[in-house]
Amino acid sequence: MKFLQHFGKYILMLTAMFTRPEKFNMYMKETIRQTYQIGIGSFFIIAIVSTFIGAVTAVQFTKQLQDIGLIPMWWMGIIVRDTLILEMAPTLTALLLAGKVGSNIASELGSMRVSEQIDALEIMGVNTSAYLVGPKIIGGLLSIPFLIIIAVFLGILGGYIVGPLGNFYSVDEFVRGLQDGHTPYFVFIMMVKSVVFAFIITTVSAYQGFYVKGGALEIGAASTRAVVNSSIIVIIANFIIAFLFL
Amino acid sequence: MIDVQNIRKRFGDQEILKGISTTFEQGKCNLIIGSSGAGKTVFLKCLVGLFEPEEGDILYDGRKLKSLNVREKKDLRKEMGMLFQGNALFDSLTVEENVRFPLDMFTKQTMEEKMERVNFCLDRVNLKNANKKYPGEISGGMMKRVGIARAIVMNPKYLFCDEPNSGLDPQTALLIDELIMELTQEFNMTTVINTHDMNSVMGIGDKVSFFHQGHIHWEGTKDDILTTKNQLLSDFIFASDFLKKLREAALNK
Repeated sequence: MKFLQHFGKYILMLTAMFTRPEKFNMYMKETIRQTYQIGIGSFFIIAIVSTFIGAVTAVQFTKQLQDIGLIPMWWMGIIVRDTLILEMAPTLTALLLAGKVGSNIASELGSMRVSEQIDALEIMGVNTSAYLVGPKIIGGLLSIPFLIIIAVFLGILGGYIVGPLGNFYSVDEFVRGLQDGHTPYFVFIMMVKSVVFAFIITTVSAYQGFYVKGGALEIGAASTRAVVNSSIIVIIANFIIAFLFL
Repeated sequence: MIDVQNIRKRFGDQEILKGISTTFEQGKCNLIIGSSGAGKTVFLKCLVGLFEPEEGDILYDGRKLKSLNVREKKDLRKEMGMLFQGNALFDSLTVEENVRFPLDMFTKQTMEEKMERVNFCLDRVNLKNANKKYPGEISGGMMKRVGIARAIVMNPKYLFCDEPNSGLDPQTALLIDELIMELTQEFNMTTVINTHDMNSVMGIGDKVSFFHQGHIHWEGTKDDILTTKNQLLSDFIFASDFLKKLREAALNK
């Protein structure tokens, strides 16, 4: 019952956004600010994590394949590429962003609610869902897919560097694997995941922050709920997309 | 003029407003007083449309708030200005940008025109050399002034103030009161102030409504308060020995 209540409120918050903006310029400015904050603000952590994820994937798979001994090492290029495209880059990036961006969105909106800034906007006649939540969703939809594409490239770079470094495979072997049997459909699935995950992270976190009641403690709790709920929904959505599309 | 007709507001089983009816006149400072939990803030939020009462009507110069469509409600809100207890200034914007925000959002004025209006409002609240500062960099009194400047920048017909003196020293509180009174008369606004400050009551209360347990228990002017025989009001206003003595002295005169 409570779930239905929350879901109803969440849908109401989203539908309230679909009105004519009071001033297009102001919405545009806010959207650019949010895109920058989510995209550029998260680039560093995504770059570090994805490079190491690529490297670790390469090291661990190499170790297991060496133990089996039947599979040629140039397959590592295929394995790293497809693992990153299908799973590691979109899902891990989304989980990281659920923590970083999700908590940021929830605490920002929560503080605005508690300090009556949202009330102030409403009294002025501003559509607060559209002005405060809309730009965050658009900013996420614009920047998160790009972050995931960058994560794939950097992950592959991690695998590319670690092979010769640990004497697991040569650069030629890795590149041969990268070029072998590429399936563009996997990239399509990655893009579907990235858009769905971006929507989940931004809307679920915005919902948690937008309806905060109370004070500092409640803002903290809403921020935690934003991270936990969006992470769980991302993982479930990840399974559903894999199940439907593969 | 704001006409309030028998409004009731309930949260769950608890009825907060139990049939409030009153009138707030134009060009006057209308004060709402009462102990904590009497329903003052809920009433103010009902007035500005943040809460919807279950029963009763609120009429803004004849326009029934409940019956307005979205467009009309938006237009009415452009005629309202509100000063919040915690100021509700936007942290990420400078003083100037905070005051300019309603103009940026709702008008097609050029930047020069907007800045002219912003500077007029900041001058009017006696705030100088703070245009480029962020709310976190200015004092509580200055924040109140920025809040007032933002509230009047659209030239509102109705001004609402929720505890405008909370957290201010007596001298600054007095200045803020005087400023609100001057602006009310200068721009002929209907001003409704929710306050706990007895200096405000005795200084600017053109009309005072005393809330008690969700009802308006007493209404009158600041002068009526001195001579009131209403025990509940008297106990509330003249709670301290100092104020009791002041009252006796005033009555003896």
